[in-house]
This record gives sequence, structure tokens and C-alpha cells, in this order.
Amino acid sequence: MTKQHKAVALISGGLDSMLAVRVLQEQGIEVEGINFYTGFCVEGHTHAIRNHDKEKQKRNNALWVAEQLGIKLHIVDVIEEYKDVLLNPKHGYGANMNPCLDCKIFMVGKAVEWVKEHHKDGFDFIVTGEVIGQRPMSQRKFTMPIISEESGADDLLLRPLCAKNLPETKPEREGWVDREKLYDFHGRNRKPQIALAKQFGLHDFASPAGGCCFLTDKSYSDKLVDLWQARNSREYELDDIMLLKVGRHIRPSDEFKLIIARDAGESKFLEGYRKQYTSLHALSHNGPMALVDGELKQEQYPLAAAIVARFGKGRSAEEVEIDIATPDQQRQQIKTAPLSADEVLQEWYV
Amino acid sequence: MSRQQLDARRMLCPMPVIKTQNQVAAMQVGDEVEVICTDPGALNDIPAWARINGHSVIDTVQDEDEIRITVRVGA
Ligand code: SF4
Repeated sequence: MTKQHKAVALISGGLDSMLAVRVLQEQGIEVEGINFYTGFCVEGHTHAIRNHDKEKQKRNNALWVAEQLGIKLHIVDVIEEYKDVLLNPKHGYGANMNPCLDCKIFMVGKAVEWVKEHHKDGFDFIVTGEVIGQRPMSQRKFTMPIISEESGADDLLLRPLCAKNLPETKPEREGWVDREKLYDFHGRNRKPQIALAKQFGLHDFASPAGGCCFLTDKSYSDKLVDLWQARNSREYELDDIMLLKVGRHIRPSDEFKLIIARDAGESKFLEGYRKQYTSLHALSHNGPMALVDGELKQEQYPLAAAIVARFGKGRSAEEVEIDIATPDQQRQQIKTAPLSADEVLQEWYV
Repeated sequence: MSRQQLDARRMLCPMPVIKTQNQVAAMQVGDEVEVICTDPGALNDIPAWARINGHSVIDTVQDEDEIRITVRVGA
């Protein structure tokens, strides 16, 4: 009997990696999934913080995909290691702060490491759902060999969806998989993938528009750059990058920024940070929770309070009472007239 | 058989799942771990993760601000 070969596939939660796995399962390959959590991943629950998204299914797409495919999924926390990828990408950034090519190299490299650590489980090769020409930065014909080489995966990296457009890899050469039954997808047209999904009876899959993470999002990238500039340092912690996904960000001064919830869901979420950040909220009217990032000096209290008052139900009242609490729960109440819409300057919005 | 607790409070998904996974990797078949978390996403993700990887959720308790999910380690 021939040995059953085993592969580990990078699962992002999108359709392409899902199809890549299905194609190999058709050939009798046993597949397990691996998913890397960088902290920037687009991810159901952070969307679900906001009220209007409540109806959307609160699912983790990578787990969902694995369940549809009937494969195991290993989620790996790479938050710390990923910092170096984001801060010093050898191949540069895409349209926003997305270091896609370095990111791909890093993730495939981590998969190589993981396979070595789990050598007892006998994985033979690594699989991705990459398609030539699909993404402007990382998925180009010339980037494919760069990823294979720089990750250390070399010819043990198989891309079932576009393998026919690429040189033969070891799994094909050795006959572990039948190259003839792999695909030659290329370009940005997604019709072939949709058709293949239909053929496999897959539906309800996620199709992220920009990419698999927030770094491809312009407004998110702007907030990240603003944070670095304001701090004069590009260090960040997980809390920092989570908070960039939530609320309106208003910077009236170099020293501090206000993160103001846009609805009750976000207010509740921000409340969870009150022991780490100075927070503001209205006492006299209903209004959003706001956090201060940076240093709020006593003389800036009135300005911060007047801005926060602007975003609550008391925006047209003569006076709103705002409670300001430091992380150690030293509280102060300020009565203030809310700023008018024009007084919240456009350039304050990050 | 051992029973452990895992504090995943204030962590956002998928961190509670990752912590559970790593803890379970160091446990034996039949052991149990009670994960305490605050992100409601865990109500969906921890059971999904358990189903996929052959473990079972044997108890879920949800009160106002905490969720306790008990996972029994499978083979
Ligand atoms: S979109 Fe984000 S996660 Fe995806 S390859 Fe680019 S940097 Fe990496």
C-alpha cells in the first residue's frame, strides 16, 4: 500500500485556502490547517463590537473553514514576532501599511518551523491558497519563488490553485499528488474559484474585500501611523492595535487622543479598558464612553470634556456634566458647554 | 484525571482559543480545563475549536459578565 501523505495548509478563513485544501483532499492527501494570529487579522468578533454588526454571524472564519473541511486547525499566536515583519519589511509595504510579501514569507516560514517541531506527526509538505496575480503585492509570478525560497520551504511549498503555472514541486515530482489534477488559476478574476466552490458544494464562505488583515485598510493604517508619530516610537502592544479598530479617533493635541465610542456596543467594549486608560463619559445625558490615549494634563480637561459632550445626547444642551476618571479611579466632574460641530476641527479626526 | 482553570478574562478572540489550545496540548486525555472568559465570541469559537480537534465542551455557564466553558480533552 502506498503511504498516505500529509500536508499542513495555511488557512486564512477565505475561499482560496479552503479550495486549496479541498483539491488535495480529493487526491487523498490528509491535511491539517494552521492559522497565524498577528493581532491585525480581520476577525468576526471585533466587527461584532458594533451594534449594527450584531446580526452578522459571530464566527471565526478560520475555525469555520476548518470545520467545513473536516480538518484540524492549529492557531498560532505570532503577535510578538510579527512586530518585526510590520516594522522592518525587507520588501516594503503595499498600498497601505500592509507588508504582504514579507508577511507571506514569514507565515510560510513559521509553518516550516511548526512542521519541524511536529516532526512526529509526519507532515510532508506545506500548502497555501495563493493564486498568481490575485493580489497586487504578494501574489505575483515573480513573488512565488521568493516566498518559497526565503521561507525555507523551497520545493515543499505547493499552491494547488495555480501549480500548473509554476515549476514542479517535490510533491508533484514524487507523485504524492497528481499535477494534472491541480489548477492554473491566475489574475484577479474570481470566477474560476467561485465555480470550483460550487462544484465542491461549498457556500457561505467569507470573501474579504481588501485582504486578510486590517493593515490593507487605509483608515486603519492612518491611525497606526498617527499613533507612532504621536509617541515618537513604533512600539505597540496588542491593546493599542485592538483600540485602533474601535471608535472615532480625535487628536486635538500632540499629547493626547480621544477614542470615542460610536454606539452602545463600542461603549461597552471601551468600558473594559477603564483600569488602563483615563476615561470620560457624560453624567447629565446619555453619551458615549471615551478613552484617552496619551497624557491628558489637568489644563486639557475642559477641552476633552467639551469634545466628548459633543458626541452625546446633550450636544445641543447648554451644559453637560462629564465625569473624568483616571485608571486608579480618581474622579473629577466638569460642567461644560459642548463644542459645536465646527469647533471639532476636521484635522483632529485621525 | 486532572482539572485545571484557565483565566482568559479580557482577552479577545481568538486569544482565549489559543490559550485553551496551548493548555490542552499539555494535558492528558480525559483531563478537564475550565476556561473563564469575557469575550462572548468564545461561546462560538471554543466549541468550534473543540469539535474540530476532537475535544468536547461538557459545561457552559454564562453570567452577566463572565463565561465559563469546560473542555474535556479528547484523544
Ligand atoms: S493582508 Fe495582512 S495578513 Fe494578509 S498577507 Fe497582507 S499583511 Fe499579511
